[in-house]
Amino acid sequence: MTSSYVIRGASILGASPADLFVSDGVLVDSAPSNAEVVEADGLVALPGLVDLHTHLREPGREDAETVETGSRAAAMGGYTAVCAMANTSPVADTAGVVEQVWRLGREAGLVDVQPIGAVTVGLAGKQLAELGAMAASAASVRIFSDDGSCVADPRLMRRALEYVKAFDGIIAQHAEEPRLTEGAQMHEGEVSTRLGLTGWPAVAEEAIIARDVLLAEHVGSRLHVCHVSTAGSVEVLRQAKARGVRVTAEVTPHHLLLTDELAASYDPVFKVNPPLRTAKDVEALRAALIEGVIDIVATDHAPHAVEDKECEWAYARPGMVGLETALPVVLSVLGEQWDLIADRMSRTPARIAGLSSHGLSLRPGEPANLTLVDPAARRVVDPSGLTSKSRNTPYAGTTLPGRIVATFLRGEPTVLDGKAQK
Amino acid sequence: MIKHLLSAADLDADTATLILDTAGEMAALAEREVKKLPTLRGRTVVNLFYEDSTRTRISFEAAAKRLSADVINFSAKGSSVSKGESLKDTALTLQAMGADAVVIRHPASGAPDRLSSWVDGSVINAGDGTHEHPTQALLDAYTMRSRLGKLDGLNVAIVGDVLHSRVARSNVLLLTTLGAKVTLVGPPTLIPLSPGAAVSYDLDSVLPGADVVMMLRVQTERMQDSYFPSAREYSRRYGLDAARMRRLPEHAIVMHPGPMNRGMEIAPEVADSKRSTIVEQVANGVSARMAVLYLLLGGKA
Repeated sequence: MTSSYVIRGASILGASPADLFVSDGVLVDSAPSNAEVVEADGLVALPGLVDLHTHLREPGREDAETVETGSRAAAMGGYTAVCAMANTSPVADTAGVVEQVWRLGREAGLVDVQPIGAVTVGLAGKQLAELGAMAASAASVRIFSDDGSCVADPRLMRRALEYVKAFDGIIAQHAEEPRLTEGAQMHEGEVSTRLGLTGWPAVAEEAIIARDVLLAEHVGSRLHVCHVSTAGSVEVLRQAKARGVRVTAEVTPHHLLLTDELAASYDPVFKVNPPLRTAKDVEALRAALIEGVIDIVATDHAPHAVEDKECEWAYARPGMVGLETALPVVLSVLGEQWDLIADRMSRTPARIAGLSSHGLSLRPGEPANLTLVDPAARRVVDPSGLTSKSRNTPYAGTTLPGRIVATFLRGEPTVLDGKAQK
Repeated sequence: MIKHLLSAADLDADTATLILDTAGEMAALAEREVKKLPTLRGRTVVNLFYEDSTRTRISFEAAAKRLSADVINFSAKGSSVSKGESLKDTALTLQAMGADAVVIRHPASGAPDRLSSWVDGSVINAGDGTHEHPTQALLDAYTMRSRLGKLDGLNVAIVGDVLHSRVARSNVLLLTTLGAKVTLVGPPTLIPLSPGAAVSYDLDSVLPGADVVMMLRVQTERMQDSYFPSAREYSRRYGLDAARMRRLPEHAIVMHPGPMNRGMEIAPEVADSKRSTIVEQVANGVSARMAVLYLLLGGKA
């Protein structure tokens, strides 16, 4: 395999076209000999994207996704690193499971797969998982999350926040007060009333975030808030950040684009947790992402088998695939603000996750983790054309801007000409 | 004519009025010795019931049979994604059997909408979760019109557990379309956000201006979920007893979609009074459902 490339005429973060030279996994300052040429005329080069919130489903639901298929979908979406959520079966709550996921990621070799460990045993919210053992394992876990469930017990949440300080860990909270969302099916509001679906009130998210920023402040720990979905949550985060609380937050592409009106079809492809909210929330989330109150975009890529979506709304599993459409959605929302996109989708998520070889500037000496995007291309999303093993995209038939042409992980192409290389 | 009846919102004023007029003709038929029309001979109507509801199923069955349709009763209670055949597979089965219409009762809101995307025949919503029950609204509107001579301008109070009521949702939509003024009455915990109608928490103040009071069934289990403190307190604040009934104008009627909790939301002497339309509603249910089947399956009015 070639290990030297000249990427000709790429526009780094939208700057004037220049050549990028790749040799032995890193960017170098002059053309290596015997380099393969990758034409990048009209393409924008970004640091490889980093996803802080991916469900790879392995072990347990290999019919929906595997570490390998999810990694390939990530590479096709321009990612070079993903953080794999812990709600697998068995749950990633021991060093053994996180090491298994980490090893599967290495074997696939398409993106760096960084496992996230569960906060509590079995995601049950009762007893701390062996966080230290996961941190000390080969997977070097630093992010812990019960995502899918909220760490609802305030005392347990406090202990988790405190405990991970010993190894600079971070708790990523799925903010959902469970008593306020029993049986909840969609955002509580005018549409849920009309559709007769049990509402998931915004306050169930905001109340937990408000509590958790106070807890994080009290114990001086790092808190990360998963998939922020409401305007009220943005205000809670804004105030906490102004006080200097060590809190970061993510928003998903779908919460930046879609609203609860889509539930009117009763097609569970639009069922997700937290649910799609109102246009007012979408507007607040966009503004917060631009302003930096929300730090990053994370996909919450949640593949599901057909039978888990082709059914009644109430019986369907929540979640949407997102790795392959994240950048196009963000591009449609933010426009060609390349530095902002690189910050929200690569630099900052890499920093939060402690992935030191990702999210770096594309300059000589740095690892060649990058992606090339054709901003002029537009494509209609076709579920059957997705690389992910699952088809539950809410964007079927939607035209989105931008096409990921190539992705390089440590100097080797995982995607070229829009096609996965292995 | 519309193909499916999934929501009362599917009906504009003209269509709704046509259904009510047709129901009137069907009711006249019930007076005759031979109560049967040959209109739907050779057509198949499937009653697909995922919930026990003897009264609604029998009503649809009688309606279809009086129109000479072949009726298949498919009781799928307990069936669900985890326990049995999926709704989609059931739909494909019904499709293969050549169902011209599927009448579906289902505990999940929106199940009829999903079903309508998988079968070629007409889908009629016979109650889905906490969403809608459009034929109930039609029979209620028919009953009001029969008793009071009109719908336009009527003041209708719908009282009780509006939050969980598919009857209330369909009635708000249909009655508003037909020009009635709806006021929803109940404790704030049982009134949903943005209900699409006027709201009052005080039944006594609403009664003197009401032409129609529709009492909704309130499940005593709701008090376990703190929607109200006790059955007694609920009954005291929102139950329709004889004293409250006297606050109503002379002509006003009292309705209930059944089954009733006598002594909870409605006192026995009210349920059995002259104002009560509860038994009429049952008879009108057959006529209204006949009209829906007749019109949806291409009968000529």
